[in-house]
Amino acid sequence: MSTLTALARAQARAGGEAQPLALVRHLHIAERPLVFIPLALAGEANAPLAAMIGDEADSPRLLVVNQPRNRDERFAFAAELARVVVPYLEGFATQAEDVASGGGETRPRFRYAPQVFMPSRASIGFARLLGRSTRFRRTDGEYAVDAAVPVLGRWLSFLAERAEHPGSCLLVAATEVLSLHWASGQSGLEDLNLAALMAWIEPPGGLTCLQAAAAAEDPLQWPPAGPATDPGFDNEVLAPLIDAYGRADGAAALQRAEAALARALSAQLLPTWGLMWRSIALLRALPAGGHVGKRWDEDRAAFTSYVSYLRDGDGLPQPRRDGAVAAARRLSWLERAQASYAAQRAFDDPLAMAEFRMSGEAFAGRVVAAEPDRLDTSGRRRTLRPRITVETTDPLTVETGTELRAVTRLTQRATIVSVEPGGPGEPIRVVIELAGGMGRSLVAEPGTVPETGEWLCYCSLPLGYQPVTDFPATNETPWTHGGPPVPALPADEDAVEDWS
Amino acid sequence: MSHTEARLDQMRGAVPPRPHNARTIAALTSNPGCVRRAILDAAGVDKPKLAAAAGFPAPFGQSRFAITRGNAFEAQVKANGCAELLRLLREQLGLPVPEVSYDDLEEVAASRSLQLRHSRTRQLLTRAAGSGTDAGTLFDHPLLALEVGGRLAYLEPDLIAFRLRGQFHVVEIKSFAAIDGQADSGKVAAAAIQSAVYVLALRQLLADVGGAGLVADEVFLICPENFSNQPMAARLDVRKELTVLRRQLSRLDFIAELVEAFPPGISFDLEADDAGVPRRPAAELADALAMLPARYMPECLASCEVCRFCRNEAQATTAALGRTVREDLGGVEYVDTALGLASGDLEPDLDTEDAAAILQTAARMRAESLGAAG
Repeated sequence: MSTLTALARAQARAGGEAQPLALVRHLHIAERPLVFIPLALAGEANAPLAAMIGDEADSPRLLVVNQPRNRDERFAFAAELARVVVPYLEGFATQAEDVASGGGETRPRFRYAPQVFMPSRASIGFARLLGRSTRFRRTDGEYAVDAAVPVLGRWLSFLAERAEHPGSCLLVAATEVLSLHWASGQSGLEDLNLAALMAWIEPPGGLTCLQAAAAAEDPLQWPPAGPATDPGFDNEVLAPLIDAYGRADGAAALQRAEAALARALSAQLLPTWGLMWRSIALLRALPAGGHVGKRWDEDRAAFTSYVSYLRDGDGLPQPRRDGAVAAARRLSWLERAQASYAAQRAFDDPLAMAEFRMSGEAFAGRVVAAEPDRLDTSGRRRTLRPRITVETTDPLTVETGTELRAVTRLTQRATIVSVEPGGPGEPIRVVIELAGGMGRSLVAEPGTVPETGEWLCYCSLPLGYQPVTDFPATNETPWTHGGPPVPALPADEDAVEDWS
Repeated sequence: MSHTEARLDQMRGAVPPRPHNARTIAALTSNPGCVRRAILDAAGVDKPKLAAAAGFPAPFGQSRFAITRGNAFEAQVKANGCAELLRLLREQLGLPVPEVSYDDLEEVAASRSLQLRHSRTRQLLTRAAGSGTDAGTLFDHPLLALEVGGRLAYLEPDLIAFRLRGQFHVVEIKSFAAIDGQADSGKVAAAAIQSAVYVLALRQLLADVGGAGLVADEVFLICPENFSNQPMAARLDVRKELTVLRRQLSRLDFIAELVEAFPPGISFDLEADDAGVPRRPAAELADALAMLPARYMPECLASCEVCRFCRNEAQATTAALGRTVREDLGGVEYVDTALGLASGDLEPDLDTEDAAAILQTAARMRAESLGAAG
């Protein structure tokens, strides 16, 4: 949260409609995303109750666990889910292209990648646990499960892990990405309700945002988006139906009971299903930010490498926990991803950049003086080093010597030569020296040096490559961190773990 | 009966008081500055009923499935004289648990009145505290009492007080799962604060015989492991929760002062007619509620039954958008004020000068950035 987003919330509240927090879309939207809405049985750690899933808005597929406490039915659900999810995911692992991987080498990368949309972080948490509870299963022996189940577990675990990478969009939580692009006039806690958040962004016909948000809190009109169900539904509808299913005697009665359960659960899921596709359409309508494609490339690379891991190696399931080195490496990776995601968004989007202008790491202003022909003669060779002076009223905190880049001139390096504070109410004058992006001669090519009167935004966030921290190899894990870990091989007890 | 108690009784009207429990006491720590809740709780007003009668029913409910699962898990852990529990304490926590006796305090002779059960609990526990033997004892269903806002609240926990080597430990059984050693942090935090309530109540009970120091800061949390029904045990240090709780409870002693600030006629009487509907009209109850100042924040939506009433009332405040929003808006109380300061339409005073400067910069940047797009 920041003053800017807080202000946007206040404006949304007063104006009665959501306010934009982004001018461009900061995530890739796949052509054919998969929407996945799971429901869980209350009180259990990870007992699937139902799911609505599909990659076409008008053909949702409903999966139901008639007796959620029955272990066999759970695994049957997992197998059925796997038969939807795994072919969808692996369907993208067909056409590959060669991309440069440094040192003149190339490596293949799939042209397309899957994208799974779930309602919220809580739903992703459910998928993560479902992955955890199924990835160690075996397809032979006493507790054999359907061959698709452990594969589903590995994929869900991969996707849920990937969903923690800032800027990754293989697995997306709708409320999260909507909140990144719009500020509602309610609190962040209330934004966790997809129906209420959507009410602020795009209220259904005839209602004001406020009316729609109030209606969204009525579980009869807008059942929760899961994985938790409405307790009223549990007590008054679901419990009697599950009991009836348990008592059903004979094929016809069983079929009737099943159909009644499916109807009830479908009615709980369909409103959210509609909201999910509307969210996707809303996001798709925004123009994509400049770095979205680059981040999607990274997602495709991650997808590609997991596919080849499953195909080529033993395809062992992810360990229960990372070892010390793996955990440290992952944390460092996440931190760098976070920093570069923030910087990329800022360079893509003036509203995101405004956050850094507020914090003084960036500033915008008009060029009031320019020396486009200035040469630096201090060295052996004369070099072209134009200087410009920018006046800004932004609360600047960058200092002399700071490296900057202009949003509109990414190839040009800029260094602060001096910062001259203005008096009260007066703008600050920043003198900047430019290098690069001006052609090869000692005279800058036309248009390459900002001219007097031009409006520019300079930012000190590094956009490019950031050095990778060195970590010891896994087999050289220092004793302070437990020494080299025992390789995490799935044990027999993992495969037969109780799921009750 | 003290003057304050008489006032509180009068506010509640002709219906019996709704007792506190560990959950409601724990909830006191989540928004301690709220006078409305402090008074309603102290008076023992039935908040869910009041909120519904005033036209803003609470959004809570508990699923039958969750209740069933919770009860089944607890029964499993406590079965056969807590055999499973003892195994966990021995094997997982490494406690040198000898032969242990089991005392269920729920059944007390013919009478099961709260006072009788409480005095029976006190009798047994103080005797145990004084005995000085090393024998382990499990006390199931002790009936504890805690003074909240000058009134005694009886606590009927499904809890076990476990005495080992002269120390009492609270054992809290919860049915949320710990998966690969990790449980939902929100649920653990809630369990910790509830356990702290029991620790405090146990200490008060033993304080009379100088035994408050015998109750450990460390409680034992029992919950299902991974995706199974198998229980596991973990130690939970509740020192921090105890400090918070003590501070909040001592604040409630000011309830007398709070009550004095309100006119005598104020009443939340929910006395019902034959159809079970409160006799007083919704508007009258709402007016009475509005006389008690509240401190609404979105977190209330998860814990307080009156939350929807307060949210409606707080619509125009920045706090309704979240505590951090309020802070980021420079602590300005109302949305309109913040927007007025941001646009420059409102002249800032000494208090809002700094906030106004930041808000104006933010407003300028939003406008500039949005303008750049159009």
